[in-house]
Amino acid sequence: MTARLRVVAAMSGGVDSAVAASRMVEAGHEVVGVHLALSQSAATLRESARGCCTIEDAGDARRVADRLGIPFYVWDMAERFREDVMEDFVAEYAAGRTPNPCLRCNEKIKFAALLDKALGLGFDAVATGHYAQIVQAADGRRELHRAVDAAKDQSYVLGVLDEDQLVHAFFPLGDTTKPAIREEAAARGFSVAKKPDSHDICFIPDGDTRGFLAGRLGEQPGELVTTDGEVVGTHAGAFGFTVGQRRGLGIDRSRLDGEPRYVVDVDAPTNRVVIGTAELLGVRQITGEHARWCGPVPIGTIRAGAQVRAHGEEVGCAAYQGPAGELEVTLDAPIRGVAPGQSVVLYDGTRVIGSATISSTRAHPQSR
Amino acid sequence: MSTYLDHAATTPMAPAALEAYAAALAEVGNPSSLHTSGRRARALVEEARERIGSALDARPSEVIFTSGGTEADNLAVKGTFRARVAADHSRRMVIASGIEHHAVLDPIEYLVAAEGAAPSWLEPDRCGHVSVDDLTATLARSAAQAALITVMWANNEVGTVQPIAELAEVARAHGVPFHTDAVQAVGHLPVSFADSGVDLMTVTAHKLGGPVGVGALLARRDATLVPLSHGGGQERQVRSGTLDAAGVHAFAVALDDAVRVRDVEAKRLGALRDRLIEGAIGLDLGITVSGCWTPGDIEGRLPGNAHLLVPDAEGDSLLYLLDAAGVEVSTGSACQAGVPRPSHVLLAMGYTEREARGAIRVSLGWSSSDADVDAFLGALPGVVERARRASQRAR
Repeated sequence: MTARLRVVAAMSGGVDSAVAASRMVEAGHEVVGVHLALSQSAATLRESARGCCTIEDAGDARRVADRLGIPFYVWDMAERFREDVMEDFVAEYAAGRTPNPCLRCNEKIKFAALLDKALGLGFDAVATGHYAQIVQAADGRRELHRAVDAAKDQSYVLGVLDEDQLVHAFFPLGDTTKPAIREEAAARGFSVAKKPDSHDICFIPDGDTRGFLAGRLGEQPGELVTTDGEVVGTHAGAFGFTVGQRRGLGIDRSRLDGEPRYVVDVDAPTNRVVIGTAELLGVRQITGEHARWCGPVPIGTIRAGAQVRAHGEEVGCAAYQGPAGELEVTLDAPIRGVAPGQSVVLYDGTRVIGSATISSTRAHPQSR
Repeated sequence: MSTYLDHAATTPMAPAALEAYAAALAEVGNPSSLHTSGRRARALVEEARERIGSALDARPSEVIFTSGGTEADNLAVKGTFRARVAADHSRRMVIASGIEHHAVLDPIEYLVAAEGAAPSWLEPDRCGHVSVDDLTATLARSAAQAALITVMWANNEVGTVQPIAELAEVARAHGVPFHTDAVQAVGHLPVSFADSGVDLMTVTAHKLGGPVGVGALLARRDATLVPLSHGGGQERQVRSGTLDAAGVHAFAVALDDAVRVRDVEAKRLGALRDRLIEGAIGLDLGITVSGCWTPGDIEGRLPGNAHLLVPDAEGDSLLYLLDAAGVEVSTGSACQAGVPRPSHVLLAMGYTEREARGAIRVSLGWSSSDADVDAFLGALPGVVERARRASQRAR
């Protein structure tokens, strides 16, 4: 019954994409493995397996393709990745925001540059090892849903995909838990079955985001101030701070009242980092820009669940897209530490409705 | 059944060489051992040395066996540089063409970074030819500082054949050692080590029907080389390591055969190549041939080399689509972890990065036939159309 499709399996060299590729092969599709070279220096060889683009990763992906008996190629998307993901990442931090580069990569690279090239070459779809599900609705539309493994669910970073992209996407792992995927990989004899999960941003393998940004943006000494404007310390660059951050502020708590302090605002134009107490972190109202809808564009105010970070909690909300395209989200309960630049993803049950990039937040609901 | 058109990368082993290889592999014996088995292995090696010397017009003592072309190039470049610098510290200039193989380019870049070498590049023209006048001018200026000169006999990507004898003559007049990487030339062009006047020449087995993993540096007896690997002192104390008796034996068999039939084979390949290029251009898809090509010319361009530029398409898309259609070609340029980069050869020849992106190298060899050319030309129109669509979408 299922049509035999020509599918590019994006293979990072990790266990998830390996099993995803093998499931596509097993489903009877004609599969070609493609490893994306995303690093400018493709010749790096790191010890750990937590990246996206080392020679070792490419080699691991190639060995899985060999076992599956499918063709395998490396496609160079380093230039596009640098422009659309890395430079965007740096520019966002420089503007005082906190971006999620995985969303950007899915939107601009995996389901744009890669998908476009694949479609041009005569493929029908791209399959990845993301934990999410695509459900065929009664009217034939393809809906994006959360994975059954809540701990691994990656629907959040896919919330930028529109209907056209979903038509050409396969996420074969969404109905399985991660431990079961590892077992399946081991049973298939994949050498990557025990390879550690990747956690960090792939182009910052040591996890030192602040160091990476300092390397790009240079040191920009500035002031750490309270909400009253009192200067309580200095920093090496406002770009190194995120709203909600508590550690690494380098302030003398005894000078304050002993209460923990958090970053409550990053003001890029003045290079000031504003700190305050926990109660200032609660956000009830979110304004988003660059809205992307995974299905039909909602009309009027809708009820939804809102999630603002990759593995964050979902909070009930009312959402409304304004005339200029801006998304207004009124949360039923406050969420702590919401930084501009993060994405808010809206859910209807397990279904992803869409997403927007957070441009501003307020502590109190907006009255309309 | 796939159509293999990547003989410049490696060519199938010739049946006679394969048979000789398998038979020799079954024999025990370290050529350096003094007992009967050792002597038998040694005899096989020395016989191979004589046959290779004879096929390439070199003395047996001038043949230094290596693990292949890359090692021979490294030994020639680094070994000569170090010997020349040791004798005279002011001689640090390495003169090379800008279109050398990475096995020559990278050792030079290493010497520049780590040992104070000063590179001097001979830039090729649009055909890929290095000018004898450029070398003459460079040496007139700075022969006293020159450690060595290295120019490949024939280019691995675009097939351009260099005026090696003339270049070597200029080098000799100034007393500067001259090395040539002849990996692509041997078996396809008339190559005489003695007549060429070069001091050092790199050759390898697997480009002419021998096994991978064996090659040689031909070095005049007066060439001085600082060894790269130290150990048992084999190969004139220049290249230590147990000799691969079976490998060099199969190399000799393959080389012997390739050189014996070269004249006829080169004409046959040239005709196939011309038909392939004419056919590709005749599709009216805007395809051009890079470098300089004249139908019937099997001396200025390698007879088996067709290097095509397809506008508005990516080389890796063309490669994938041809592969899916059962036709195996190369983008010709060096890969890093499987990622093709715009060819440094085409860029040095004056092509733009955009032009260089749509390059594919189609290389013919001893097992190539009219059917292979037909298969390639049959697949090409659909492949080009698809690749262009992919390239447009991705923009």
